[in-house]
Amino acid sequence: MSKTKSTVSKALAKNIRRNFVERLIEWALMLSGLIAILITFGIVFILVTESIPFFEAVSIKEFLTSTIWTPNFEIKNYGILPLVAGTVTITGIALLVAIPLGTITAVYLSEFASHKLRETVKPILELLVGVPTVVFGYFALLLVTPLLQKIYPDLPTFNMLGPGIVMGIMIVPYIASVAEDAMRAVPMAMREGSYAMGATRFQTAKTVVMPAALSGIIAAYILAISRGIGETMIVAIAAGQQPNFTFNPVESAATITAYIVSVALGDLEHGGIGYQSIFAAGIVLFIMTLSLNILGQWTRKKFTERY
Amino acid sequence: MAINDQNIKDLNAIRKLIKQHKKNDSIFAGVGLFVIATLAVALLVLFLDLVIDGYPKMNLDFFSNFPSRKAEGAGILSAWVGSSLVLIVTFFVAVPMGVAAGIYLEEYAKKGWFADLIEINVANLAGVPSIIYGLLALGLFVYEFGLGQSILTAGLTLSLLMLPIVIVSTREAIRAIPVHIREAAYAVGATKWQVTLHHVLQYAMGGVLTGIIIGMARAIGETAPVITIGALTFIAFLPPSPVTDVVPFINFAWLDAGFTVLPIQMFNWISRPEHAFHINAAATGAVIIILTLLMNGIAIKLRYNIRKKIKW
Repeated sequence: MSKTKSTVSKALAKNIRRNFVERLIEWALMLSGLIAILITFGIVFILVTESIPFFEAVSIKEFLTSTIWTPNFEIKNYGILPLVAGTVTITGIALLVAIPLGTITAVYLSEFASHKLRETVKPILELLVGVPTVVFGYFALLLVTPLLQKIYPDLPTFNMLGPGIVMGIMIVPYIASVAEDAMRAVPMAMREGSYAMGATRFQTAKTVVMPAALSGIIAAYILAISRGIGETMIVAIAAGQQPNFTFNPVESAATITAYIVSVALGDLEHGGIGYQSIFAAGIVLFIMTLSLNILGQWTRKKFTERY
Repeated sequence: MAINDQNIKDLNAIRKLIKQHKKNDSIFAGVGLFVIATLAVALLVLFLDLVIDGYPKMNLDFFSNFPSRKAEGAGILSAWVGSSLVLIVTFFVAVPMGVAAGIYLEEYAKKGWFADLIEINVANLAGVPSIIYGLLALGLFVYEFGLGQSILTAGLTLSLLMLPIVIVSTREAIRAIPVHIREAAYAVGATKWQVTLHHVLQYAMGGVLTGIIIGMARAIGETAPVITIGALTFIAFLPPSPVTDVVPFINFAWLDAGFTVLPIQMFNWISRPEHAFHINAAATGAVIIILTLLMNGIAIKLRYNIRKKIKW
């Protein structure tokens, strides 16, 4: 009798230990999940606290409206607009290249390509997304710009056109991949309805599939813009690092990201205004990309809910 | 579309219309194929150019020499050693944390605001530009925590970048496993953790591995965040060896050492005006490209095999 009793309490003890370990593991796992939230808070916290002294020295109005950014000169000016102009111009050139090419690739792969071709091209697209951007920077400075100089001899070594084009080529696989997924998600029945009415593949793609997948395609564009704005190495290498308030693609200019790199490459004096200014620039960059990402994800989610 | 009462009577007009549409169709098919082929050729030419330019440098000396003021004798010894050590840190931080977070979100978290909040954060973190992580690391790791411009700082920074990739792929892999696998394990008395560790994670391993490889490949090529934390571009010494000949045979002094990594070395050589350094840059670029393409290729192949093999 007493023997059974002791086995039961042993089993109970084992159970208690088991439950305790289970709880512990669940907590540990939750802490890991919590890290994701902590990183976001960390980013906001660091960007804000490190740039508060900067905004004590430079008014927000000057920061947002002045068109001169000369942190290294005798007379220091901190107007973010030249950096924003550089960012917008280069991203704009990239989109001019990437949106048509990416969309055509996506439509072709989704509506025209044979199964075999699609299965070959899709993994290659995925491979290209993984190519490090420093390599694309090399192409922009040492291959594409010299090539452009043959057509347009006045082009300076550092310009926005070359890196813009290369960034566009870099973004093509990204747009093609996301847009193709969106078009493939359109139910087959809708295509069949269109084919049954005698429409060609191109007509079906243009008037049925693309409108149906529109929010998915637009999400691809928005996410591509965000990627272009945050791209660093191509512009830091090939666009020059001189802040220049211009939208002219054949001039050299700095983007927000290129400015941060140029300061980081120099000797950082912790707590100096140069050090603080990269966090102020970082806030602008973070707000721009975050709002685009949220918009893009919202658009994509709206699309996936529909089908 | 343009069919109305008038041209219904005119069969020829319809035939013309159909012909036109068919022509448009084949024109687009041609354009599409042309675009894809052009892109493929352009990228192939770019990569080949890199490899051909860098080919004269691709010998053992290049891997065993330090960078130098003279382009001819310069090599990438400190860069590849630095890259490897940084990646070791990244691996040991990002993989356990990412897999654990993925398991939590898929297996443990109850549907609710907390799980949603984590999910939104993971999705957004994947889209944050890498240079922002560099700023976070500069403010937090380098100055708040006082870790300095060390291998540890760089490894932690890159693990932040890798984390969303690992979390997302872990979740996808776990989600693909049917419920009856879990039910069978529960039926023989396994606890939740035993079910997860012995069964769910075993089946998910391929997918998790894919995410880890893709994340590591990305970490190898990342430049901007490592520059932002203030990594030096010219390093002519090696960090203390992680393996020693005295007990306990391992030391961690290397974590605290200054370093450079492959993409920064390449960036440094691109920025110099002399052509000889550009050849070095091309060779370094070829090394980086071959490494990342190889890793991504393995990952994609792995994923493809899993999709093909597993039929529940």
